[in-house]
Amino acid sequence: MSLLDVTGLSVHAPDGRALVRDLSFSIGPGDRLGLIGESGSGKSLTALAVMGLLPPGMTASGSVLLDAPGLPATEVIGAPARRLNQLRGRAATVVFQEPLTALDPLMRVGRQVAEPLRRRRGLRGAALREAAVAALAEVRLGEPERIARAYPHEISGGQRQRVAIAMALACEPALLIADEPTTALDVSVQADVLSLLASLISARGMALLFITHDLAVVAGVTDRVVVLRDGAAVESGTVRDIVTAPREPYTRDLVASARVFDEALSRRKP
Amino acid sequence: MSPVDPADAGAVLAARDVHFAYRRSAPVLTGVSFAVTPGRSLALVGESGAGKTTLLRLLLGLARPTGGTILFDGRDLDLRDRARRLEFRRGVQTVFQDPYSSLDPRQRVSRIVAEPLRSLGLGIHAASGDADAFGGASASGGARASGGARASGGAGGRGASRAERRVEIRRRVTAALDSVGLPADAADRYPHEFSGGQRQRVAIARAIVCEPRVLLADEPVSALDVTTRVRIVDLLAELKRERGLTVVMVSHDLGVVATICEDIAVLERGRIVERGETDAVLGSPTHPYTRRLVDSAPRLPSLG
Amino acid sequence: MSAVIQAPIRPAVRRRRPVTLAVGCVLAGVIVAVAVVSLFWLPYPPSDVSGGRLAGPGAGHLLGTDKLGRDLLTQLMIGARIALAVGCGSIALGGILGVAAGLAAGFATRWLDDTIAAALDILIAFPVLLVAMLLVAARGASLSSAIVAIGLGSSAIVARLTRVLVKRILAQDFVTAARTSGTSWPRIVLEHVLPNIWPTLVVNLALQLGVAVLAEASLSYLGLGAPPPNESWGRMLQEAQATVLTAPLGAIAPGVLLILLVIGVNLIADGLRDVADPTRRRSR
Repeated sequence: MSLLDVTGLSVHAPDGRALVRDLSFSIGPGDRLGLIGESGSGKSLTALAVMGLLPPGMTASGSVLLDAPGLPATEVIGAPARRLNQLRGRAATVVFQEPLTALDPLMRVGRQVAEPLRRRRGLRGAALREAAVAALAEVRLGEPERIARAYPHEISGGQRQRVAIAMALACEPALLIADEPTTALDVSVQADVLSLLASLISARGMALLFITHDLAVVAGVTDRVVVLRDGAAVESGTVRDIVTAPREPYTRDLVASARVFDEALSRRKP
Repeated sequence: MSPVDPADAGAVLAARDVHFAYRRSAPVLTGVSFAVTPGRSLALVGESGAGKTTLLRLLLGLARPTGGTILFDGRDLDLRDRARRLEFRRGVQTVFQDPYSSLDPRQRVSRIVAEPLRSLGLGIHAASGDADAFGGASASGGARASGGARASGGAGGRGASRAERRVEIRRRVTAALDSVGLPADAADRYPHEFSGGQRQRVAIARAIVCEPRVLLADEPVSALDVTTRVRIVDLLAELKRERGLTVVMVSHDLGVVATICEDIAVLERGRIVERGETDAVLGSPTHPYTRRLVDSAPRLPSLG
Repeated sequence: MSAVIQAPIRPAVRRRRPVTLAVGCVLAGVIVAVAVVSLFWLPYPPSDVSGGRLAGPGAGHLLGTDKLGRDLLTQLMIGARIALAVGCGSIALGGILGVAAGLAAGFATRWLDDTIAAALDILIAFPVLLVAMLLVAARGASLSSAIVAIGLGSSAIVARLTRVLVKRILAQDFVTAARTSGTSWPRIVLEHVLPNIWPTLVVNLALQLGVAVLAEASLSYLGLGAPPPNESWGRMLQEAQATVLTAPLGAIAPGVLLILLVIGVNLIADGLRDVADPTRRRSR
């Protein structure tokens, strides 16, 4: 049984161009899958299509079947908005690349984290406030009470991304979609956020769809990857196989490029 | 890791105890010193808020340090003097991070690439008979260009006409586009017709068209896809090799830095915390911050 | 040749034929032609009232007469002249003052920028009507007073827009690249700033032109505009209000011409913007 089954997914732009073509993959409960591709590969559109959040004018065809425990299995493509709203958050939720735009600039961080907790767990008042602070503490934010009172612009980029993760986790989703969640962060912060994400996901037994352009980043997070190019899957397999023995020319090019910089780091003197 | 004395003879560009602070704000740079010697490319590495971009602005003469000095060819960088300013601009050029914002969308590539030639008067220079500068530039720039390039020196001659000057600018633009791997017909196109990597090539062509000695590059590949990134890095390495260009690169990406730069200076909150040969610093970092940066760099699973 | 080109150079989008520009030119051109003809020839003298009041369209008076018995066509032709004078005059004044002030503010450092921005806000809040009354008090009611008052009013709006546009362009890396290429500030303005802001400015000025013609109508209604017998379309509109049911042409004709002029000018502005935009143009 799969949590997410994507079969023959295509996404078309308003002018008819195919931006994602005949893409298929599936994620079981607790699985971790990476979607890797360069700009224009359709990786972010795939995430939006899975959530039923494609921009207006774009059309999806094929099948995206989301079957989270405790919820009726739903075909996302063509589902009415009300139905999708029930799924979003509980079945699947997204953490985006840019934490600044993902948070409401005019709302205190604590209230933003409290909102999904209220909806999901029906908490009110002091209990809700406590749960929000606990959620912030869970993503290893120091001084969670202070952060809860802050506005998004008053905290750092890394802290904002942790808040976004806390909001996503507050919904207790079966599947977490992370779309380039560390691309906007400094390298040392990226390392922390990645390890945080990995430990939270295994602690909760969540499934992860991790979208990135960076082979080295995905290698540290997921077990399997699908390589996308121009909207179509080029190759898929375990991270280790893809990185050590790429079969397709494009994957080889991608791996070789990443290798250049990786080896430059290894070539250093002891 | 010997401390570099900025007064070192032969340094093209140097910072000597540079401080910078905006009014009523915490200092951005504190006591920064380093020297750029020809042939040894330098990486200025650090994370956001380290002061990399500010330092680059100071090195470009776009802002003046609030303390200390920036030296160009061993002398204080004072851009109020016109001759000195032209000399500096010709010698030090720059490439930006964002290949979309760095090219004027309303100008053709030929005009974009020719801008330093037109503004720094190199075209006129050649025409008015500065045979030395012109001959030198042509010898290195024209040699690789199409065989039909006009013989150096004679092109301008004294009192060259406007038309001749235009031809000479056009020739140099074509040569610059050629050395960044763009076809000659790219000159007549607009920036939006190019991909990110190709735009970055246009930006590099603009930076090298006046044969500078130093290229200041601000995260020149971080906006590009990894396969494109390799090609641009290769291009920069080739320019280093064939033109004797010295690259000063601001970056957060240790992998890219290790590929291009012989030397590295690590900035943390406006101070240089570690400095030396790239391989040595990355191989055995002594400062905790450097160690943290090195350990944080995401790595591929090893082939073994 | 050192490196391979990694991707084919993108094909340019097909050029949108400048239909809008052509249509705009025809519309505005008709009005301009009428205005030019009116300088040399009119069906009747402006003050001739021999046709009788509110006569319908006929052989003698092609479009009939107004409530004073003046030939409607004659009035419309004179009105075209006035509309163009007011529109172009006030826009030229507002454009020049506004762009100059906007550029100054765009380039200014914090303190001066704040000062100019505050001054513009005050000027925008200051009603054109008040400016016009002051001017009329000082120099008497005339077409030029109206033009100056309206021009001053629109200059504040143009200046504010220019300031924002300039700041946006100055923040672009290509301006920094121009500076490090040794390009002087005046040349940066001419080669980078103005070419990138004028298309937006032109569209805004075209909108302002429509507003200016209408503003003149209100001014003349209050006796602050062009004095009779040279009446503007706006004044004709106002005067025809009372008789709109019995003689609708008196209100419809100037209204239609006004709309044609405003649409024409806006189409020209849109067309110019499109033609100037390289992303809509095919390279040779």
